[in-house]
Amino acid sequence: MSETSYEPNIVAFCCMHCAYAAADLAGSSRLQYPPFMKIIALPCTGRTDLGHLLRAFEDGADGVLVAGCLEGRCHYQVGNLYAKQRVNRIADLLKQIGLAPERVRMINISAGMGAKFAELANEFARDIQALGPTGLRKAAAGDAANAA
Amino acid sequence: MIVAEQKSLDEIRSLLRGKRKVLAVGCGTCVAVCFAGGKREVGVLASALRMAGQLDGSPVEVDELTVQRQCEAEYIEALKDKLADYDAVLSLGCGVGVQTIAEHYDGATVLPALNTKFMGGPTEQGVWLERCQGCGACLLDYTGGICPISRCPKQLQNGPCGGTDAGGRCEVDATMPCAWHLIWEKMDKLHRQDELLEVRPPKDWSTSRDGGVRRIVRDDLRKPKLESGA
Ligand code: SF4
Ligand code: SF4
Repeated sequence: MSETSYEPNIVAFCCMHCAYAAADLAGSSRLQYPPFMKIIALPCTGRTDLGHLLRAFEDGADGVLVAGCLEGRCHYQVGNLYAKQRVNRIADLLKQIGLAPERVRMINISAGMGAKFAELANEFARDIQALGPTGLRKAAAGDAANAA
Repeated sequence: MIVAEQKSLDEIRSLLRGKRKVLAVGCGTCVAVCFAGGKREVGVLASALRMAGQLDGSPVEVDELTVQRQCEAEYIEALKDKLADYDAVLSLGCGVGVQTIAEHYDGATVLPALNTKFMGGPTEQGVWLERCQGCGACLLDYTGGICPISRCPKQLQNGPCGGTDAGGRCEVDATMPCAWHLIWEKMDKLHRQDELLEVRPPKDWSTSRDGGVRRIVRDDLRKPKLESGA
C-alpha cells in the first residue's frame, strides 16, 4: 500500500472557543489542513467522554484529535485538562485493545493560531498515515481500501 | 456505596475466550456512581471488546443492557427473554449482582467484569476510600463517627498502636492518617475525649464474618402466608 494514496479517517473534536475558530481561520487564510479531517465542534473539550473517543475508533476513525484551548485558558477553567486526562486514558485503552496509543492526541491552541492549527493537524495526519488503517473500518459496500 | 473497579481488558477477554455472543449487563446504582459498571462503562467496555476481538481475529458480538439494580430479582427480569441468544452474560455489577443473575438464570454463564472492592465513598473526585466493613455491631458512637474497623489496619478498639508518626500518619501506610489520631482529634473537638479513656472489652466478632454467612429476617416485611384450611 502506498502511503500517499491512503486517505485516513481522522476525527477532530474541537472546542468552539479556540480550535474550531482556529480551524476556521486556517481555512479563510487559505492554509491547507487535511481535507479528510472531520471536525466536530464542542462547547469545550471537557464535553468529550471516553465513550465518544472510543466509539470514533470503532466506527472507523484511524486517528482522533482533541483540540482544546491553551492550558490555563479554558473558558470553563479546566475542561481541557479533563480532556487531556481522558485522552491519556484512551491511549492506554487503545494499547490494551491492540492499537497504537499514538492514534489519539490532544493539542492546545488559541483561536488566533490558525497557522499553528494547520501545522499540528497536518503533523497528526502524517503520523496517522504512517500508522496506516486500524483495520476496524466498517466494511461498507464498495469499501475495498480496508482489505489491504 | 459498594465500590468496585473494572478488571483489566486482558483478564475480561480471557474470561470470554471462545464466546461469540455476549450480553454486557451494567448496573445503575453503586457501580454506576463509582464509574465502574454503569451504562457508560458498559458502552466503553463493550466497544473495547468488540474492537480487540476484531483486531486479533476472534470477533465477539457484545450487546449492552443496563438495569437499575442488578442485586434484586425484579430488576433483572429484563434479561429473561434475551439470555437464550447469548453464550455468556458479562456482568458489570458488584459481586451481588453477578450472583443474583447467576441464581435466577440457571442455564446462563455469568462472568464478572468487575472486582468488588469495599463499602466506602468518594473523598474527592476520582478517589474512593473504604469506610465500613459491615462488622454488624457499629461503634461509631464511641469513636466520633470515624470507623477504626475499616480505617485502622489493625482494627484497634482502644486507641492507637503506638506506631503513629508525629504527623498523625499510620505506621502501616504513611499515606493514610492514623484512624485513632483522627478519632482523638475529633473527640477533642466534641469535648468528649474522656469517654475514650474507658477501656472497651474485646469486640464480639460473631456479628461480623466470623459468625458465618449473615442474614437479616424482617417478619413484618415477609410475604404473608395463608394458613392452610383457613
Ligand atoms: S464500626 Fe462496624 S458497622 Fe460501624 S462503620 Fe465500622 S465496620 Fe461499619
Ligand atoms: S498507626 Fe493508627 S491506624 Fe495505623 S495501625 Fe496504628 S493505630 Fe491503626
